[in-house]
Amino acid sequence: MNANIYRHEFRIRLKSVIIWSLALTFLIVFFFSLFPVFADQAALMNEFLARYPQELRAAFGMDNMDLATVLGFYSFVFMFVQLCLAIQASNYGFGLVSIEESELTADFLLSKPVSRRQVMTSKLLAALTSLTLTNLVVWVSSFVAITLFREQREYETGTLLLLLLSIVIFQLFFLSVGLVVSLLVKRVRSVTPYALGLGFGMYVLSAFSGVFGEVTLELLTPFKHLDAASIVKYSAYDTPLVLLNAAVTLVALAVSYWLYTRRNIPAVS
Amino acid sequence: MSVIEVTNLTKYYGKSRGIVDVSFSEEEGEIFGFIGPNGAGKSTTIRLLLSLIHPTSGSAKVFGKDVVAHGPEIRRDIGYLPSDVFYYEGMKVIDLLKYSASFYDCDCTQRMHELSEIMELEMNRRISDLSYGNKKKVGIVQGLLHSPKLLFLDEPTAGLDPLMQRKFFDLIRAENARGVTVFFSSHILGEVQRLCNRVGIIREGKIVEISDIRTLQQNNYKKVNVTADGLNPATFDLPGVTNLQTENGTLHFFFKGDINAVLQKISAIQVTDVTIEEPTLEEIFMHYYE
Repeated sequence: MNANIYRHEFRIRLKSVIIWSLALTFLIVFFFSLFPVFADQAALMNEFLARYPQELRAAFGMDNMDLATVLGFYSFVFMFVQLCLAIQASNYGFGLVSIEESELTADFLLSKPVSRRQVMTSKLLAALTSLTLTNLVVWVSSFVAITLFREQREYETGTLLLLLLSIVIFQLFFLSVGLVVSLLVKRVRSVTPYALGLGFGMYVLSAFSGVFGEVTLELLTPFKHLDAASIVKYSAYDTPLVLLNAAVTLVALAVSYWLYTRRNIPAVS
Repeated sequence: MSVIEVTNLTKYYGKSRGIVDVSFSEEEGEIFGFIGPNGAGKSTTIRLLLSLIHPTSGSAKVFGKDVVAHGPEIRRDIGYLPSDVFYYEGMKVIDLLKYSASFYDCDCTQRMHELSEIMELEMNRRISDLSYGNKKKVGIVQGLLHSPKLLFLDEPTAGLDPLMQRKFFDLIRAENARGVTVFFSSHILGEVQRLCNRVGIIREGKIVEISDIRTLQQNNYKKVNVTADGLNPATFDLPGVTNLQTENGTLHFFFKGDINAVLQKISAIQVTDVTIEEPTLEEIFMHYYE
């Protein structure tokens, strides 16, 4: 690891981290501030939801949620938090080494006395630090929002922690999958479409797998591996799926290192 | 000691050619000119030596070490000025130079300021606000600030005004006088002629000639111009004559071989004017490319 690259990378991403963190804070606090209303009208709400077709509720992951409870409602909010985190992490993953190439600064960096492995490790750690900062902001704003709006309703702190701890696994998945895809394609011209594609794509897959019932699609998407509603319902992770998720992450990272050390840096043309 | 040693180096980008079977070496303290038109493989060679890309076959050594296996170690003593300079747009010049210096174990601050002063570089401007020529100056300063032992210059003068070009050449000569080896790639022959001891000519990915710049000019070709009335070009259709052209009653050609053969032919006719001169590098070069 090279401290200079780490510092440089971290600084470049700082603005983006701040914006994402503010957006997520706003999302969590604003969304959760609606909880008292939902909780008061719980019976009405559940009746209202029951009128919707089962498939539609499944698509929004609401078939397992009890919006009248603190964590039931929080898991609903958490799904959108996950979507944002997925896009952010994929964005960093896709851009990690490809931005250097599309903005043609790779020549500068890689003609310095550093190995590709060092470059990759420093960049990954910098991105991970950025993601962890966002993660911490999510923790804090979640606790704040729940404390402010739960109105004496009880909740299981352990389950909430379980939910929040899943974030880091979730972020690592999108970071590493984004990275490996960016190295598999010849050239990433613009990072955002890829990042939105991966983030939303996985979300939609998870929605579909809900609609169709028990299908293998859920094996693919982290939104199912770390399904907020089911973590709340069972107060536990679905261990095989989490292991699958971690395995995909590790393979993606290993392949990324392998590809990057062998990569031909495209010349300016 | 050979600073650069390239053996049968070949690079294909998929099916398209980069360079084929290139071999040459450069001695310590030399300024080696590497000339060829665009797309001949000059940059490919430099990028292979910096291990920005990996060879398809063959090998290359810099400072006696294999470039693929010892890349980071080798690059400690290399300065590189790419043909097109691109830097982190949001950074200030001074920050970029500091970032660049931070990769080397030396206190490069003084040298950095010296160089910026010579190249008249304003350090507090943002990279995105710089013109192409000014970015090039940043490139020059970042390539030299760690006092490298080997310099790769890939078409370095593009974008610099003539005054700056001269300052830059003086700088390179001064570095060379300190013992720095320079690998100078260019398609502008004048500057190669001014600066280099030896040249390699590359064409369509293959080396066509490596020679001392003097030998290339003196021993290889003579440029002959003959003016006479009623000149018959066929008279000079000798072995060793190339590029035979008639223009306004004057015959131009290049000749390689025993000059007496030409002199005999000339003495046999009534001429109004004769010149025999060394060709410029430019003409030698055109000759190789036709």
